[in-house]
Amino acid sequence: MRQTRSLPVSRRKFLAGAAAVGISFKIPKGALADGGKVNFYNWDTYIGENTIEQFEENSGVEVQYDLFADNDELFAKLRGGNPGYDLIVPTNDYVERMIVAEMLMKLDHSKIPNIANIDKGFMDPAFDPGREYSLPYLWGTIGIGYRKSAVETVPSSWNDILSSDQYAGKIALLSEPQTVLQVALKAMGKSLNDWTDENIAAAEEMIRNQKDNIVAFAPDNGQDLLLAGEVDLAMEWNGDILQVMEEDDDIGYVVPDEGSLVWEDTLCIPKGAPNVENAHLLINYLLDAQVGADTADYVYYATPNSASKALMSEDYTGNPAIFPSQEAIDKSEVSIYPGQAITRKIDEAWTRIKAG
Amino acid sequence: MQDISGKKSVFFAFSAPTFIWLTLFFVVPLGIIWLYSFGENVTITKIETTWTLDNYRRILEPEILQLIGRSFWLAFVSTVICLFVGFPMALVIATASFKAKPWLLLLIMLPFWTNLLIRTYALLNILGTRGRLNDVLRWLYERAEQFQAMLGLERLNLLGDGFTPLTLLGTPAGVIYGIVYVSLPFTILPIYSALERMDNSLLEASMDLGAGQLQTARNILIPLAMSGIVTAAIITFIPALGQFLTPDLLGRGQVDMIANVIERQFKKANDWPFGSAISLTLLYATFILLALRSFYDAARSKREGRM
Repeated sequence: MRQTRSLPVSRRKFLAGAAAVGISFKIPKGALADGGKVNFYNWDTYIGENTIEQFEENSGVEVQYDLFADNDELFAKLRGGNPGYDLIVPTNDYVERMIVAEMLMKLDHSKIPNIANIDKGFMDPAFDPGREYSLPYLWGTIGIGYRKSAVETVPSSWNDILSSDQYAGKIALLSEPQTVLQVALKAMGKSLNDWTDENIAAAEEMIRNQKDNIVAFAPDNGQDLLLAGEVDLAMEWNGDILQVMEEDDDIGYVVPDEGSLVWEDTLCIPKGAPNVENAHLLINYLLDAQVGADTADYVYYATPNSASKALMSEDYTGNPAIFPSQEAIDKSEVSIYPGQAITRKIDEAWTRIKAG
Repeated sequence: MQDISGKKSVFFAFSAPTFIWLTLFFVVPLGIIWLYSFGENVTITKIETTWTLDNYRRILEPEILQLIGRSFWLAFVSTVICLFVGFPMALVIATASFKAKPWLLLLIMLPFWTNLLIRTYALLNILGTRGRLNDVLRWLYERAEQFQAMLGLERLNLLGDGFTPLTLLGTPAGVIYGIVYVSLPFTILPIYSALERMDNSLLEASMDLGAGQLQTARNILIPLAMSGIVTAAIITFIPALGQFLTPDLLGRGQVDMIANVIERQFKKANDWPFGSAISLTLLYATFILLALRSFYDAARSKREGRM
């Protein structure tokens, strides 16, 4: 049913409703050797089209595949104890949360030889030094999706959407309290992990002053608003904008000069996983050069796997919406989990923004 | 007929499933939420009940009160609109022919066959500045312009400088529209069932005795339907108060209600104690409404008893 080249369906799409109904399906199996099972809990449309079936054929391990809609849902499912998942795909700051909450199991690197394929730059992140608990799966940025014909110049600063009224009534922001305030900190030239009281207050004021110029705090449908022409600028995940860029040549994506937030989705084994061996087997499989390339080609997010990247076409590796300039990346930061006390302050600031 | 209500064993046998169900899936979870509301986050995943009142104190912060106030206001306006739209509809159904009635009721139920999320997305498509509603308005505007030109009245510029699309999404009006849309069946059905039970001869008698239509409606129809109207108002108002999908999508995050704050506490903010405290506060408010309703019923039966 898909067109010539796969059109990525946004994994961060607002699926809460579908998820509440409980979408899960089982891959039909042929004659499989009994290699046991593995329970894989992943984002929607976030793996190569045939990867699971191929893994089952190769390994004889049966995969029970389930989908979650966002990190909060994943976290909420696991916080009362692991209901039986072997492999999960949390984003970096949730990895940190889960490490703090002792919800993750240490990985046995000796069972994952394909770690050698991963770009060395990913192997010692601040949120998981030495990669004891997590391995990188895919990564991306937050930036500005814009309608080319509606802007005079390509928006180059976060201030274009956060503190200027040039595009009043044509702006959508994410409805993510922490992320929006972090981008406001970036607009002020500050580190997005610098959560002092003054910084939170300044970021809150910036968004509050801009509220009337904003059309929507979009629960992950900013790209749809952009595509429909309801807004000209949308703060969004790069993959979501890529999705609508495929449909409309007049849409572009930019990471502003101040730098942005870089996120990374990772492969982790939650504590209490019933099939730890098979989870390692599956992680190793996913980090294989060709398998990683299949996934990258299908979902069109950036791969941290150098061996996979080497197999990809220029259309992918040279795409600035997937791999932003090194300059932009250098100024960007990975979000660090700020702890419960700061999370509460962020939420209170957000409530004040929304009530005002 | 035998009276089974007096036999205890029969009563227990019949009520046991409901009782167990209510205990397991309502009383126990609610009790846990109640304990959480007096709790503190000790770690990311652990809540300890310390009997602190801090979570309830936080509800008194101005921004929370403001959002609660906005929720009550939006729910109230939506309920009033639902009653004004729903009453005539209920009357039409109640007085329809025996054959038409099931079909009309089916039409009221029909929206329930589609998931709320999908219906809300459909509304987005209709209400957007480039949505279908504005397409229709634009078409009408252009026809009116042509008509104006035909009459040679362009100079008067009666229609302004061009078509301005109606902005509904992201405004209180859009949220109210959404709430009315999802609540209307709940308003119509209780009023319908009250009107259904009504003896039509009372209306005929009133008219025969010289009362006008309005007078009959005011003095006979509405008082007789009053218990249905009160039920409809409550059953519309309470769920409307707890809406979070509608403010999120139709309100575009610009017209948040209190349930949006509650949802955030259980997800992004990871602050279950605070979320529990707000939920229970809303629940208490609901109890007060229901208590008022039973006072109303008690007063009414007393009054009727005297008559």
